[in-house]
Amino acid sequence: MEQKIRVLVAKPGLDGHDRGAKVLARAFMDAGMEVIYTGIRRTPEQIAEVAVQEDVDVVALSCLSGAHNTLFPKVVDLLRGKGADDILIMGGGVIPEDDISFLKQHGISEVFGPGTPLATCVNYIRSHVKKEA
Amino acid sequence: MDVKLGVLAGDTRAVARAITWVENGDPRGAEVIRGVYGSTGRAYIVGVTGSPGAGKSTLVSRLAALLAARGQKVGILAVDPSSPFSGGAILGDRVRMFDVALTRDVYIRSMATRGSLGGLNRATRMAARILDAAGFDWIFVETVGAGQSEVDVHDVAYTTAVVMAPGMGDDIQAMKAGIMEIGDLFIINKADRDGADRTATQVESVLQLSMTTGWNPPVLKVSAEQNTGIESVVDTIERHRTHLVASGKLDALKIRMAKLDVLEILKARLADTMKQQLDQPAVQAELEKVASKQSDPYSLADIIFEESWRNT
Ligand code: B12
Ligand SMILES: Nc1nc2c(ncn2[C@@H]2O[C@H](COP(=O)(O)OP(=O)(O)OP(=O)(O)O)[C@@H](O)[C@H]2O)c(=O)[nH]1
Ligand SMILES: [Mg+2]
Repeated sequence: MEQKIRVLVAKPGLDGHDRGAKVLARAFMDAGMEVIYTGIRRTPEQIAEVAVQEDVDVVALSCLSGAHNTLFPKVVDLLRGKGADDILIMGGGVIPEDDISFLKQHGISEVFGPGTPLATCVNYIRSHVKKEA
Repeated sequence: MDVKLGVLAGDTRAVARAITWVENGDPRGAEVIRGVYGSTGRAYIVGVTGSPGAGKSTLVSRLAALLAARGQKVGILAVDPSSPFSGGAILGDRVRMFDVALTRDVYIRSMATRGSLGGLNRATRMAARILDAAGFDWIFVETVGAGQSEVDVHDVAYTTAVVMAPGMGDDIQAMKAGIMEIGDLFIINKADRDGADRTATQVESVLQLSMTTGWNPPVLKVSAEQNTGIESVVDTIERHRTHLVASGKLDALKIRMAKLDVLEILKARLADTMKQQLDQPAVQAELEKVASKQSDPYSLADIIFEESWRNT
C-alpha cells in the first residue's frame, strides 16, 4: 500500500498575496506530498467542497489580508457540515498573536506566521497526519 | 460512512474516499469495486490528451459546464505528473476548472501519476469505474501533457480527443507516431490566436495518411477561453458514440475494457508478490550469483516467477 499525504493549499477571500501559498505548495511537494492549490480569491464554500472532492488529509489556509477571523472558522464549519471532520485544518499568514487562541477554539489546529521555516510547516503535517508520505 | 453504499448513492465523500483507496492499493478499494462493478457501464468515458499547455483543463471545464447545464452529471479525473525525485506533486489542472467546481453534479478529482509513464495514474481506470457506479453520465479523463508515448488514455476512454494549439507544426510531426494515432477527434484550441487554420491544415494532412475504419477523425477549431466551438466538440463526441454503437465497436470496446480491468489487477498482484519474492533473504544469494555472472537474470527470473505464481 502506497499512501500519500494530500494537501489543499487554499486562499480564502479577497486577499491577493499568493507568494506564501505558492512557496508552501512547493515545499509540500518537495516533501513528497500531493498538493492541490486553489488559486487566489476562493470562497469558503469552494474550499470546503474541493477539500471533500479531493479527499485531502490537510487544508492549509493562508491569509494575509486580516480577514482570517471570519474566513477560517467558516471553512471549518462548512467541512464539519459535510461530515469531513477528519481533515486537519491549519492556518497561516499575517495573523496577530491575539487572534491565535480564537482561531484554535474554532477548529484551526495551529497557526503559522511570517518567517516560519518551511520545515516547521512540513513537520507539523507529518506528525499530525497518520500516514507516511 | 459505508463507502460502497455511498458510492452507489452518488455521495461525494464516499466517491472521494473510494478513489483514494484504489489509488493507494488499499484492499478496501478492491472491496468497493467488487460491490459496485455491477452498477457500472452506463457512463460514457472521454479521454482528453495533447501537448502541455494546449488548454486541456480549460476545455474540459467548458465541456463539463455545458453538459451540466443540460442536466448531465459530469465526473473529471485530471492527471498531473508526480516529481520523480520527491514523489510529491502539485496538481495544477484544477486551478483552470474552478468555474465549474461548485456547479452541482460536477465532480473533479486530481490525480498524480505516481510513477506511471503512460500519461495516467495506475488507478485511473478503477477511479472511472467508481464514478460510473456513482451515476455520472460523463467521465472526462485528462492526461498529463502528452508527447508521443503517453497513450494509455486510449485504453480507458471510448472516445479520445487530442488537443493542440496553434504554432506547433513540429510537434505534430513528432506526435505522428504516437498520440496522432489514438485521436477520434482533434481539437485545435486557442483559435482566438493566429495560426489555427494552418495547424488544422497540418493535422488534416497528417490524418489523410492514416487508414480509416469507418470514422474519419474530424478536426475542430475552438477557443476554450472564449467559450466558442464547445458545442461542436460535444456534438462530435456524440456522433462518434453513435458510430461506435451502430458499428458494434462499442460492444467490442467494452469487452476490451473488461480484459484490461482484469489485466490491471493481475499486473498489480504479480508485481507485488514478485517484489516480495525478490526481497526474500534467500534470494539475495541468488542475486549475488547473477552479479558475479555465475548465473544469469533469465534463470533467476524463471525461478522467482514460478515461486510467485504458486503464492499468488
Ligand atoms: C510581498 C507583499 C505584497 C505583494 C504581494 C505579492 C504576491 N503576489 O504575493 C504586493 C506588492 C502585491 C502586495 C500588495 C498589497 N499588500 Co502586501 N505585503 C507583502 C509583504 C511585504 C510580504 C508578503 C510575502 O510575500 N511574504 C513572503 C511569504 C513567503 O511569506 P508569507 O506569505 O507570510 O508566508 C509564510 C508564513 O506566513 C507562513 N504561512 C503563510 N500562510 C500559511 C498557511 C499555512 C497553513 C501555514 C502552515 C503557513 C503559512 O508560511 C510562509 C513561509 O514562512 C507583507 C508584509 C510581511 N512582511 O508579511 C505585506 C502585507 C501582507 N501587505 C499588506 C497590504 C495592506 C497590502 C495591500 C492592501 C497594499 C495596498 N494598500 O495596496 C495590497 C493588497 C494586495 C491584494 N490584492 O491582496 C499588509 C497587510 C496588513 C494586514 N493584514 O493587516 C502587510 C502585512 C504589510 C503591512 N505591514 O502593512 N503586498
Ligand atoms: N488564448 C487562449 N488561451 C487559452 C485557451 N485555452 C486555454 N488557454 C490558456 O492556456 C494556458 C494553459 O491552459 P490549460 O487549460 O491549463 O492547459 P492544459 O493543456 O490543461 O495544460 P497542462 O495540464 O499543464 O498540460 C492557460 O494560461 C490558459 O488560460 C484559448 O482558447 N485561448
Ligand atoms: Mg491541465
